[in-house]
Amino acid sequence: MAPPLRQLGVRVAAWRRPWPGPIPALTLALLLVPILAGLSGMVLPAFGWLPALGGKALSLEPWRQLAAQPELPRALRLSLTTGIGATALSLVIALGLVAALHGRRPWPAVERVLAPLMALPHAAAAVGLAFLLAPSGWLARLAAAAITGWSVPPELWTDRDPQGLALVAGLVAKEVPYLLLMILAALPQAAPAHRLTAARMLGYGPVAAWLKIVLPPLYGQIRLPIYAVLAYSLSVVDMAAVLAPATPPPLALLVVRWLNDPDLTRHFVAAAAASLQALVVAAAILAWALGERILARWLRPLLIDGRRRDGGTATRAILAAPGLMIIAAATAGLALLAVWSVAGPWRFPAPLPATLSLDAWSRSLPRLVLPALNTLGLGLAAALLSLILVIGCLENEQRRHRILTRRGLWLLYLPLLIPQVSFLFGIEILAVAAGIDGNIPALLWGHVLFVLPYVFLSLGDSYRALDPRHAQSALSLGASPRRVLWRIKLPLLARPVMIAAAIGFSVSVALYVPTLFIGGGRVATLATETVALVASADRRLLAVHALAQAAMPLLAYGLALALSARAPRRGEGKA
Amino acid sequence: MSAGALELHEVWLALGPHQLLPPLSLRIAPGTIATVMGPSGCGKSSLLAYLCGVLEPGFRAGGRVVLDGSDIATTAPERRRLGLLLQDEKLFPHLSVGENLAFALPARHRGRERRRLVEAALGEAGLAGHGDRDSVTLSGGQRARVALMRTLLAEPLALLLDEPFAGLDQPLKHQFRQVIFHKIRTLGLPALLVTHNLDDATAAAGPVVRWAEPPPAPLGEVES
Amino acid sequence: MANLNRRRALGLGLGAGLLAAWPRVARADSLPGSWGEALAHARGQTVYFNAWGGNERINQFIAWAGQQLLGRHGLTLRHVKLTDTADAVSRVIAEKAAGREDNGTVDTIWINGENFAAMKTQGLLAGPFTQLLPNQRLVDTESKLTTGIDFTVPVEGMEAPWGMAQLVFIYDAARLVRPPRRIEDFLGWAAEHRGRFTYPAPPDFVGTTFLKQALYALIPGTAALLRPVEAPVFASLAAKLWTWLDELHPYLWRSGQAFPATDQQQRQLLDDGEVDLSLSFNPGEASSAIAQGLLPDTARTYVLEGGSIGNTHFLAIPFNAAAKAGAMVTIDFLLSPEAQARKADPELWGDPTVLALDKLSPTERALFERLPLGIATLAPDKLGPTLPEPHPNWTQAIEAEWRRRYAS
Repeated sequence: MAPPLRQLGVRVAAWRRPWPGPIPALTLALLLVPILAGLSGMVLPAFGWLPALGGKALSLEPWRQLAAQPELPRALRLSLTTGIGATALSLVIALGLVAALHGRRPWPAVERVLAPLMALPHAAAAVGLAFLLAPSGWLARLAAAAITGWSVPPELWTDRDPQGLALVAGLVAKEVPYLLLMILAALPQAAPAHRLTAARMLGYGPVAAWLKIVLPPLYGQIRLPIYAVLAYSLSVVDMAAVLAPATPPPLALLVVRWLNDPDLTRHFVAAAAASLQALVVAAAILAWALGERILARWLRPLLIDGRRRDGGTATRAILAAPGLMIIAAATAGLALLAVWSVAGPWRFPAPLPATLSLDAWSRSLPRLVLPALNTLGLGLAAALLSLILVIGCLENEQRRHRILTRRGLWLLYLPLLIPQVSFLFGIEILAVAAGIDGNIPALLWGHVLFVLPYVFLSLGDSYRALDPRHAQSALSLGASPRRVLWRIKLPLLARPVMIAAAIGFSVSVALYVPTLFIGGGRVATLATETVALVASADRRLLAVHALAQAAMPLLAYGLALALSARAPRRGEGKA
Repeated sequence: MSAGALELHEVWLALGPHQLLPPLSLRIAPGTIATVMGPSGCGKSSLLAYLCGVLEPGFRAGGRVVLDGSDIATTAPERRRLGLLLQDEKLFPHLSVGENLAFALPARHRGRERRRLVEAALGEAGLAGHGDRDSVTLSGGQRARVALMRTLLAEPLALLLDEPFAGLDQPLKHQFRQVIFHKIRTLGLPALLVTHNLDDATAAAGPVVRWAEPPPAPLGEVES
Repeated sequence: MANLNRRRALGLGLGAGLLAAWPRVARADSLPGSWGEALAHARGQTVYFNAWGGNERINQFIAWAGQQLLGRHGLTLRHVKLTDTADAVSRVIAEKAAGREDNGTVDTIWINGENFAAMKTQGLLAGPFTQLLPNQRLVDTESKLTTGIDFTVPVEGMEAPWGMAQLVFIYDAARLVRPPRRIEDFLGWAAEHRGRFTYPAPPDFVGTTFLKQALYALIPGTAALLRPVEAPVFASLAAKLWTWLDELHPYLWRSGQAFPATDQQQRQLLDDGEVDLSLSFNPGEASSAIAQGLLPDTARTYVLEGGSIGNTHFLAIPFNAAAKAGAMVTIDFLLSPEAQARKADPELWGDPTVLALDKLSPTERALFERLPLGIATLAPDKLGPTLPEPHPNWTQAIEAEWRRRYAS
């Protein structure tokens, strides 16, 4: 048996090899190939190149046609206002909630409810919120019962309003928990406790101290998640199908509609619109980045003007109220899904159903089985595959002492920054050409594309924070790096790994546009079923499907937390 | 700036069931530096945390604290007008040196006067004209001086020192100690120093409280 | 990053390899030559049945059909639920664009009107095939003319008729006593009942049909509607429609600033009490909605005086379908008296049959005569005369102009 030192020598030699190894290369290929292919499949027809439809010469004609579409100006304006508005609002609400409540008594309760809310799929959340907000929704019924005595729904435009406020509400309900989680992940680095204490002893109230001392360094850490939120809000399809106005709809819905127009010349216009959507997102991100710089410069004097008084409890209440209302609304929406799924006849203005009935469940259950199995299978496979790749990359980082650079982080975020509806058109063409559309491996690939960034972000910090001395002492005792990984690192990281898996699973369950396009319509998941049922306007059926879709990630989370609570928590970095 | 005395009346500290500090009563006159001495890890920093109002959960404490005639034990930490100087104080990294100092200045100083006060503080710290520097580029000694100026610019009524010299090298330590004590005496602030170093207590030349090791003996001697 | 080039090469190689690995055969798979051949080949096939999935009652009917087909012919029916028929059309287009001449992912499309016209002219359909189906001879081609002419486009065996549709109106008798029965009455009625009427936004087919129905009433003579229309002619003829709508919209639900996206969503507005009228293409819609708890049992159906637009909806087979024999067997089964009677049952779907009752045997005819009409369904003789669908050209023109005027 070779002496340990010699083995160590071999490892050191391995570390000096420049090539990062197969796993990061594979991961990168898995991420970049579909994006590049999809983008080219979108950009070429946008400039007239699609030989099978007679487009053999590059031209600007599709763009001219796009400019001539009468719905375009308002659709564009709607996308921009809802997208940027929802992002800004979500950010302000999330920051306000953290500034007001972090470290105080209500905070653990808030933190507990965040993970389930983030796991709530977008379509299900939108449906629940619609049940809450609509003129014949639950809030109106409460008002009718308690105050106004309405017998027909009020003429209030609380859903599908032309300004898109209902859509903004839906987006905010999903984005605030996500941003909160990203903020929490970044807080330990940006706000060591002693810094806040120092500010407070200099006379700054807790909220003022948080805003002036924690927020500036924190913002840099959450910049990429904010851009991801911006990209999603500007190009959302599934939530818009439930909450956005239809005359005209936001740009992303126009792209989908033109893509499906039987008039074949519309294909070119659709590709141009998809390209425009991608440009809009890019421009918005740039504008936001510019805005950041301008705002930072403009606000800098405020950091040091010495004003330090808080309004005390009043300020905290004002800052926390919107966030708490959003959380309450999302939870109420989820509860309404459950009630509608078992409701008997329930007409306006009754605030509660007179009778309960399992009829909707019994009608839907046999036909829920296949989509549920598909969702489950895809989710588990995507989460597992992503975990393997991510752990491989992270382990590789540590073995070869190469940390993910800033550019690498941007690459990782790329699938989240490019609108799905833009490059998936091109993917569809490519998948059809390769004969792999409707094919499970291709669909799995599509899911991993979106799941992997989330799993990486979720696991990365915990992995890197693991005390290196554990691994080093094991290595010096002669264990191979692989043994160290399996026997030492992974057991110590049991909890973060399971949470990352749960996050990956919930992302997969929520995916709508990728499943629809790459799956060729052949693979029904709970996401596609729920959105398809919106057109049927059968609330009970919709509630059953949305609830089924929502239940899966919630169960996954519960399982992850329960299992990881059992795994003994060894010292994380403590001597 | 004149300030009243800092008085501790029957201040005690416990961690769970263990009593860390039996009731302590102490009056620190303006311009005097009282020292609390004890080995590392016995809870001296927690005493300061209690005085500041930021005691960690798990600790229990009680007793009246009076500063300049007012009881501050129930006041919010930011209103207590206590200056806190920690060991190896790190400045706020997102602000420059000058901005760190300006951060501490009360809001009533504005515009040109504000800039003048910051420059004066920079001069006292030996960094005149270097207000735009990034705080991470400072040496240990410079950082300590800036931290001191920052604490003083906030116009505290008393100063709490948690071994602020410990992170510095020998010659700097001595020099810095001189500077702090001189400032305290000149400004007439009551100060409480927590340390395990006998030299510090001697140089402070004020009342000394010896913190007994757990299990605690009866109240330590109070020497003047 | 020094190793980016290497990574890029790896990625491209992977992609190219994938493309090269998948076999592509150029020859198209042709239709079975006879019914016997179709039956033989169909056994064991999987048929991807692309049909609009927005109505649960229809989905359940298709699920029942799948069970029957499995038991009788050993073929597996998979219902691909579309939000829009055009989704499947564009899938076939994409496959043709990629050179996929067989093994297509769509075996059957539920289709009519402009979608059919597009596929027929682009050569995207397999056929003619209906002459091979035994049940085709039971179709009522004499009195139900739309079974042979789809929105003025001759069918010529390229699609098989499946069901009949006619524009009907639904109202809640408990809330509304005198609904408007002629297009000319709508304006006055809406003015008296502000915010209580609307119609689904085009390109929803029910909404477009309401506009076509209005055109019939507002334009003198119908000949122009049955011909393809040129832009200037359209502009002058349709001007009357736009004037009428401009006057009507301010009295509509949400002042005409927003419209429900589908007839089902409008049905929900009726159920909630936000509006007083709903439209449908299915005369049995109200009854089956009541049976499923989606409308109060005081809901009733009526048709406009003077005739309402009706059409037929069809099933077609794409040119590159992988399971053409299975598709034919499926379609034939759906044409059978048993399946057609079940489809027409208002408790289940309520979609009228395309078959001629006098061509059926007495037992088969009894299946239809036994059907409960449902309290809210009009008897077939009360449905009134059918107006033919205008040329698909009109549909596109109306939809485009409506969207330009009211949806932008």
